[in-house]
Amino acid sequence: MLEELTDVPALNKAYRSLEEIFGDFLLGVSFEKKELSVRIKSDGLLSILRHLKSALGFNALNDIIGLDNLRSKAEGAKRFSLLYQLYAFPGFVRLRLVLDVDENEPVPSAAPVFQSANWAEREIFDMFGIRFSGHPDLRRIYMPEEYEGHPLRKDFPLEGRSDGV
Amino acid sequence: MKDTRCARIFPWKGGAMAFKEIELNMGPQHPSTHGVLRLKLRVDNEVVLGIEPVIGYLHRGMEKLWESLTYTQIVPLTDRLDYLAAVSNNFAFVLAVEKLMGLEIPQRGQYIRVILAELQRLASHLAGVGFMANDVGAMSVLLYSFEIREDILDIFESYAGGRLTIHGIRLGGVPFDLDGEIIAMIWKALADIPRKVRDIEGLLNENRIWKHRTEGVGIISADQALDYGLTGPALRASGISWDMRKDIPYSSYQDFAFDVPVRSGSDVNDRYLVRMEEIRQSIRIVTQALDRLPPGEFQAQVPRSPKIPPGEVFHSIEAPKGELGFYIKSNGTDKPERVKMKSPSFINLQSLELMSKGNLFSDVVGILGSLDIVLGEIDK
Amino acid sequence: MTGETLIFEFLIPVLKIIAVILYPMLMVIVMIWLERRVVAWIQGRVGPNRVGFQGVLQPIADAFKLFFKEDIIQKNADKFLFNIAPVLVMFSSLLAFCFVPLGESFKIGTYTLNLWIAASPVGLLLVLGLSSVGVFGIIFGGWASNSKYPLMGALRSVVQILSYEIPIGLTVLTVVFFSRSIDLIEIVNHQFHAKIWFGFMLPVSFLVFWISGIAETNRAPFDLPEAESELVAGYHTEYSGMKFAFFYIAEYAHMVLVSSLVVILFFGGWLPPFPNVAFLSFLRWIPGFIWYLIKIMFFLYLYVWLRATLPRYRFDVLIKLVWKWLIPLSLINLLAVAFIQYIL
Repeated sequence: MLEELTDVPALNKAYRSLEEIFGDFLLGVSFEKKELSVRIKSDGLLSILRHLKSALGFNALNDIIGLDNLRSKAEGAKRFSLLYQLYAFPGFVRLRLVLDVDENEPVPSAAPVFQSANWAEREIFDMFGIRFSGHPDLRRIYMPEEYEGHPLRKDFPLEGRSDGV
Repeated sequence: MKDTRCARIFPWKGGAMAFKEIELNMGPQHPSTHGVLRLKLRVDNEVVLGIEPVIGYLHRGMEKLWESLTYTQIVPLTDRLDYLAAVSNNFAFVLAVEKLMGLEIPQRGQYIRVILAELQRLASHLAGVGFMANDVGAMSVLLYSFEIREDILDIFESYAGGRLTIHGIRLGGVPFDLDGEIIAMIWKALADIPRKVRDIEGLLNENRIWKHRTEGVGIISADQALDYGLTGPALRASGISWDMRKDIPYSSYQDFAFDVPVRSGSDVNDRYLVRMEEIRQSIRIVTQALDRLPPGEFQAQVPRSPKIPPGEVFHSIEAPKGELGFYIKSNGTDKPERVKMKSPSFINLQSLELMSKGNLFSDVVGILGSLDIVLGEIDK
Repeated sequence: MTGETLIFEFLIPVLKIIAVILYPMLMVIVMIWLERRVVAWIQGRVGPNRVGFQGVLQPIADAFKLFFKEDIIQKNADKFLFNIAPVLVMFSSLLAFCFVPLGESFKIGTYTLNLWIAASPVGLLLVLGLSSVGVFGIIFGGWASNSKYPLMGALRSVVQILSYEIPIGLTVLTVVFFSRSIDLIEIVNHQFHAKIWFGFMLPVSFLVFWISGIAETNRAPFDLPEAESELVAGYHTEYSGMKFAFFYIAEYAHMVLVSSLVVILFFGGWLPPFPNVAFLSFLRWIPGFIWYLIKIMFFLYLYVWLRATLPRYRFDVLIKLVWKWLIPLSLINLLAVAFIQYIL
């Protein structure tokens, strides 16, 4: 619960700072199982990442995770979610930024801020079809170049397609 | 940084005999790469201008598959990710699920997990060092390190029945108890291994040819390393003391006294030395764990197919190759909604290009060996 | 033509010619077996021990296999050069054996059987020159394969061989200072008369010659041009079947040649050791060519030992080693020996 955030001073400080500076970009926050998860708007992504990296010490982007909420989302909500898992070293705390993205909505690429985002975004593009604007080299990474379809989407069959591709 | 003037071995330029910017291809089948990895190299005479790794040859669609399996069914499949250090994959996934469930593991179970994980770290580092030495030319070191690895694989075989992918850590604890016979095997191995490891070090550490090949090669600065997301021994060789076992301790690692080897040279030799030192520290941890192994239960009560209420969690551990993490989102059923694996080798491979630029073409294999990647983990 | 002439001037030379082809081939077969068993032993393995007693027929099995393999030539390969390359390499290695003596002359009745084909007064030069012709085979092989890896491997190999020829020449000169002759037989005779082998008189020369000899034959730790993990197999990547077998045999024959040269120049050829020690005089009962073979086997074993133990030198370090260290060292050595010879 959010009140427990005060038990982890580093995270508390980070959240208060985000709330103060980027308040209008924040759409929600949750603190479950000692993990802070902040929902933000996509246009604030790069400035929030830069602020977290330079001022609050979150200098490592562990991973970018894609979610397809096709079956579990509410009516009118966006289909995909992007989770940016950040880590502060030293500081030893983790923070998660959540972005909701629609099917053909481009997201600003985090590669200029964190080089480790490069391949993570390529993987999400390959598996989900989410495009990242400003990415230096957005191509498929696992599937062959000429493949059509995005395998991790919920409407992609587990057994593959019978057209042999 | 390397003296690249020596690389201008073929000084003629222009005309049909010019060798500017050849594009060479290494792999996907190649006697040296650690799995099916294709490297597209752009080389100017001998100097590397750029590398583009092409992966996906071992992509098995694990994450998609996991969405249709129960949590218990997923655990043995995680073995196949980093197949040279199977227990760490189990460990990471199981810890993430237990965090999501809020499950407490009895002390004995936690200690046995630590023993298995550290033995696996030993085995993985020996394989990594062996492959790296083989790539650089010292073939015998590969065979010596695999001979040492045999001791550990024999222990695993007595414990869980498998040598490579053993499914040794399961939801709730560990599958079997460590009985007297296995403990005796472990003590014997711990006594033999330091002596054999000294053999390898005697062959390589002060060897002039080894030092020529590995010092000053594949350098990446600490800031760049953090930015590129590098983790594991490669990061520790760049001067950053990042070890999840110390930073965010899990499974009673805080009870054990061990050092985190850090070197500041950030070249291939430093990564090799960090791994050798980690082997010694792992032996230290296993000794302490065996000495203080508490009695009691080694498994918590877990239903056969646990239904986990909706929630999400991200948890990472210090695997031999780097920081291995799992993100799990549950939806109330016994099958996860989404499982994402943060693979250390996937992220480490991105920095290959930066490390190799300006080095000679022959160094690329050495640098790749020092990164110690496993394609099963990269391609999922 | 009398029967005598027929035998002595025709048959025996022909037999000798056949012997000069068979001798290196036999040594190659022994080497293949020796290498695989010794490397395995150092690595804690067994090595081939199934085919024949302790695996001695393994090289024959390998030759059989290579004989039956399909001969693949690329579409765009230069056919003539592609085919002639292995022949050149083999030719240069084998021809040099004509001038390498194997032992002392035997007296059978009134006929003196010479254990060499041709006793040339410039034997040393001929041997060194002929063994260098192999470089052409390497270039042709690399170029005609029409593929980047063999080309790079061939180029590296050529630069390596040519650079390491220089210390060989310089160190051989120091031996010639003492022996006053470049006839290989005379060099051994000189060591007999001097009662000391040149290897002990000129240790620096021996070491430089040995190291350069290893580099000449593209063997570890100087085997970058054919390093498995980097260039697949260097200049002979694209060869299969008998052509590959030729490259393989030629490399081993070259190794035997270099070992023979080291033994003749620095270790007394076919002379027994310790000629001055009275109670070891029984050693003289063992015939010369047996001593010769023992010494050659020792150096071949050394080749294998180095291969199994040391990592590979990177190419620029290899070249730096010869131009910055071995050549100046051999020049200084040459001057020093000349000076000492002058004042003695």
